[in-house]
Amino acid sequence: MLIFTILLDGIAYGMVLFIISVGLTVTMGLMRVVNLAHGAFAMLGGYLASVMIRHYGIPYVPAAFLAAIACGALGGVAELTIYRPLYRKGELAQVLLTFGLIFISIAAMTLIFGPRPIDESMPKWLEGLVDVGFRTYPTYRLFLIGVGAALALALWFIIERSLFGARLRAAVDDPGMARAVGINVNLLFTLTFVGGCALAGFGGAIGAGILPIDPFYALRYLVLFLVVVVIGGLGSFRGSLAAALAVGIIETAGKYLVPQLGSFLLWIIVFGLLLWRPNGLLPAKTAS
Amino acid sequence: MNQPITPASTPQLNLPASGLTALRPVDAWHLAPWIIALAFYFLVPPGFHTLGTNVLVMILFTLSLDLALGFAGIITLGHAAFFGVGAYAAGVMVSKLTPDPIMGLLLATALAGVLGALTGMLILHTQGVAMFMLTLAIASIFYEVANQWRSVTGGDDGLTVPRPAALLAYFGFEGFRFDFAGKTAYLYALSVLFVWFLIAWRIVKSPFGRSLDGIRQNPRRMRAIGTPVWWRLVAMYGISCAMAGSAGALQAHAIRLVGLKSLELELSGIVAVMLVLGGERRLYGAFLGAAFYVLVHDWAAAINPFYWMFVVGALLVAVVLFLDGGLMGLLDRIAALFGRKKSGEEQASGDAK
Repeated sequence: MLIFTILLDGIAYGMVLFIISVGLTVTMGLMRVVNLAHGAFAMLGGYLASVMIRHYGIPYVPAAFLAAIACGALGGVAELTIYRPLYRKGELAQVLLTFGLIFISIAAMTLIFGPRPIDESMPKWLEGLVDVGFRTYPTYRLFLIGVGAALALALWFIIERSLFGARLRAAVDDPGMARAVGINVNLLFTLTFVGGCALAGFGGAIGAGILPIDPFYALRYLVLFLVVVVIGGLGSFRGSLAAALAVGIIETAGKYLVPQLGSFLLWIIVFGLLLWRPNGLLPAKTAS
Repeated sequence: MNQPITPASTPQLNLPASGLTALRPVDAWHLAPWIIALAFYFLVPPGFHTLGTNVLVMILFTLSLDLALGFAGIITLGHAAFFGVGAYAAGVMVSKLTPDPIMGLLLATALAGVLGALTGMLILHTQGVAMFMLTLAIASIFYEVANQWRSVTGGDDGLTVPRPAALLAYFGFEGFRFDFAGKTAYLYALSVLFVWFLIAWRIVKSPFGRSLDGIRQNPRRMRAIGTPVWWRLVAMYGISCAMAGSAGALQAHAIRLVGLKSLELELSGIVAVMLVLGGERRLYGAFLGAAFYVLVHDWAAAINPFYWMFVVGALLVAVVLFLDGGLMGLLDRIAALFGRKKSGEEQASGDAK
């Protein structure tokens, strides 16, 4: 039965990683911006949801949605003011500036919420266990798996089946040509950036039980989010889903089976994968 | 940049062509950092030398990153891995192998250099995001090794390093004992930094260094004219990692405590901050950036550590958006205001293609 525990835990973990990282893969794939500060939006989402639940008595799910909207709005402002000048600069400038944003987020969150992690604010109906036929399993993790799957389906529909998605895919594949056929790539990017930040905020809010919220969140999990994006392939939606689930399952398996190794296993695998496929497992088609 | 481009200014390093032996009056400022460093030794009250040593160690570490990231264009977010390797190796050697600091320093440097060259051989085939993710992965692997290998590294308790033997004990001279005030450690760090600086200077002025300049700007063209691009990058990366290892070893000998912090992503980020703050590809940028960072950090973190994080973050954003070339670039612009044109100006911006 251990294998089911590992799989379910790993998938729940992977779904959180997916919800948070999927916006980043579009950012890095579409505009080639290395955005290290993406996790800060997830952290903000977690904090905002917690404040709304505790101090304003807003129920869990609406609070997560409101936090997502707030993160999306902030993401839009950040895109227009801070990120836009970065597109023309090199990778190093992008890495440094967004690293600076992480520092600012750490300082700001410590100032506002204090240095300690916040307690989970889970509603009653998510606590406890649920019978899944052959055994019982925590409701919260099943909830994460369900939400993650639903979001993945919705995103698949938007990206693969809608006009917006077709434009987005075109812009990822070849931004120059997309512009030439009249797609407003800048607007598209602002919109996806907003969407990605909103998803990150949502993921941070509902995933707080797995990735606890504290001021160093953006720095601590930064590498995990980047791994998901880079292993999956920049700009690849399917890739980031596959990579998020793989990372979740590998990390969980490592913790259950060889706890003395810590994250060592994951890093060895990441290292090997990147050497083998530097463009990720399921890279988006790019013209370059 | 809106500065007038004079025909005489070729994109050269802002260093005299003839080396230290033939100082023209204009170049006398090359002595300034060393004069300041020595003056610091003699003038500050006891108790401040450890802070000075910290500055010197960070200058050396930043200088190592300048070689890899600045000159060779290897974007790494894992340079702390080699700083940490040097620190742990030097620390372990004092207690288990030989108390002689110079022997420990040389071995730690060699180990970091070899590890750097070996991992460089693997990762320098890749480019861009994949490459910097690989440097992150290597740093994380080293971190996990240090974290789990408790018998050697002490895990998250850190490693307390015994006091090394006197500096030149190997040669039978017992005069430079490591004292409590850290004065010997300061001179030790300053000497090592000076040697490494001369090596770095020689490298960036050599044809080898110039070829890396070309590789950074256009690897394809360099390959087309017959440069062994990958080997050059591996060599430079190895040298840079050895230098980072030296910095780590110095810290282990001087501060005598090695912790997991010396392998963390945060340190890799901070050293990049120091480099960009000072100005890349300038060698002296490492001096300005690291000194500024460590001294202001020491002052501001005493008030409130999170206030400092805010300052660092805002500084980074400001430097990237508004201050190309960092503090060295700023000095250039101030010098230009006073009519003293320096040849290195286009260097900072001239390779944006």
